[in-house]
Amino acid sequence: MKIILKNIEKEGYTGNIDDYISEGGYKALERALKMKPEEILSEVKKSKLVGRGGAAFPTGLKWEFAYKAKEHPKYVVCNADEGEPGTFKDRIILEKDPHLLLEAMIICAFTIGAEEGFIYIRGEYFKAYEILKKAIEDARKNNFLGKDVLDSGFSFKINLYRGAGAYVCGEETALLDSLEGKKGQSRVKPPFPTFVGFKNKPTVLNNVETFANIPQIILKGGEWFSRIGSSGSPGTKLYCLYGDVNKPGVYELPTDVTLKELIGKYGAGIKGKLKAVLPGGVSSNLLTNKDLNVTMDYPSIQKAGSMLGSAAVIVINDSHCMVDLAKRCSEFFDYESCGKCTPCREGTKRTREILNNIAQGRGELSNLELLKELQEVMFDTSRCGLGQSALNAVRSAIEKFQVEFKEHILKKRCKLDICQL
Amino acid sequence: MSLKKCKGKLTQILDEYGKENEALLPCLHAACEKCGYLSEETISFLAEKLNLPRVEVYSVATFYSMFNLEKTGKYIIRVCVSLPCYLKGSREILEILKDELNIEINQTTQDKKFTLEAVSCLGLCEQAPAMMINKEVYGNLTPKKVRQIVRQYKLSTTERSLKAPLQNPNPKMEGAG
Repeated sequence: MKIILKNIEKEGYTGNIDDYISEGGYKALERALKMKPEEILSEVKKSKLVGRGGAAFPTGLKWEFAYKAKEHPKYVVCNADEGEPGTFKDRIILEKDPHLLLEAMIICAFTIGAEEGFIYIRGEYFKAYEILKKAIEDARKNNFLGKDVLDSGFSFKINLYRGAGAYVCGEETALLDSLEGKKGQSRVKPPFPTFVGFKNKPTVLNNVETFANIPQIILKGGEWFSRIGSSGSPGTKLYCLYGDVNKPGVYELPTDVTLKELIGKYGAGIKGKLKAVLPGGVSSNLLTNKDLNVTMDYPSIQKAGSMLGSAAVIVINDSHCMVDLAKRCSEFFDYESCGKCTPCREGTKRTREILNNIAQGRGELSNLELLKELQEVMFDTSRCGLGQSALNAVRSAIEKFQVEFKEHILKKRCKLDICQL
Repeated sequence: MSLKKCKGKLTQILDEYGKENEALLPCLHAACEKCGYLSEETISFLAEKLNLPRVEVYSVATFYSMFNLEKTGKYIIRVCVSLPCYLKGSREILEILKDELNIEINQTTQDKKFTLEAVSCLGLCEQAPAMMINKEVYGNLTPKKVRQIVRQYKLSTTERSLKAPLQNPNPKMEGAG
């Protein structure tokens, strides 16, 4: 069952506009333009599609909020700033099937009544930027974009906007600030972007992968989509699998696949012996051997004590030291914290210091309690998801691999000889 | 001096965006690409045109890691040090680059040819460990491969992309490491 990679996986498919049209592309737009906005909203809601960027908010509801908002103009923004370490799924869509994204954004704009949209793309995605630029131009020439789209009376333009290397800009409100030419720092929510978004106007902000599901939902119906995969959060998902597996890559699978199947069947098994898995990148909690039967959908992963996020599945074998990996995660968040709110700015810095001390043989047992407390404070009080989830991996490493941490602290020993004690 | 090189491009972008603040990031990108860095002169120019305090432009310029306030080398080497690449040995890759170029992270070689950066995830995890040299992507790096790539850049005198000959490496090389 392929929805998102349906074209990409066809041999010889280039992703240019002719290829896209010959695979039935822009048919969903044609159909949508003949529907009432309420009918489109109803299909998207029926599909039970939730946001694929990580927050898992129901897409239909988001669109409906923006549709009902009274303020004008309205905007459609695509979050193509994927930066969660281990996530490279959106890049595949952007580079190999850009019109899939454009078609979905046009449908969204028609539904909520927007005339302008933006794709905020990572600064480092040079190739995808050029491909999108051409795709937008081609779509305009074919009258899928621009004035009076397919003679419907509806007009829409899409602008491309490059980020410049800031992980926090993947957070929706930080992205909006960045799009307005400011530092990318998160805003206080509520109000949510559907009411107060780009330039304080109603804005639908969706991830690339979320959008990529829309054309098929319009063509085949929300009901059809809702029957695929796990009933709790239906559809397929792009899983980025990498780390110590034999076949790393992006796999599109129905959401009822288990972690065990993903690693064993699709990733061709683990290299070495499994130690831990991060199911949603470095912002998620570690899972271990006993969690292998978990279903890879949002509610199930949450129940297992972690989060699916953008589904960057990092497989870690027993050749890695958990103290060292926790330290690396903390360095990342310290570097990427935007500095706006104190819990995150200070918390990420102190965590890095403490873990550095432990890794260098200067740690104390009380440090472990302190880190747990810090995680709780940051989870409760940080302004956005970055700070709230920054210590998830660290805390779960301490809880699940306590022996290793204690060895570093009490015996000043790194069994694997990775930390320089 | 450095402003001269990019003034035309900046004016064009400012016109496109109708002098709205949204023009700032595209302008900073263009200035860095054309001149290699953001000079004080460039920052003052943009502040004046966008009617922003200079400190505002400066704070945006320093917030994002892709903007440089110091002159960088002709080639910026960005090595991913996030967890996926770290698991696959990015630490060693960095050490080799430091050794090969004889500089530390965030430094530029004396001949102004290379700047070395350790960066967050580049979204190239399926080919970890990975790095970028300007706009080119290099994945599945091994110590040997990295030395080879850098040496090739060292020898080059033209601006053209050096990726092509490395796309089809000698199979003997590929198996190494």
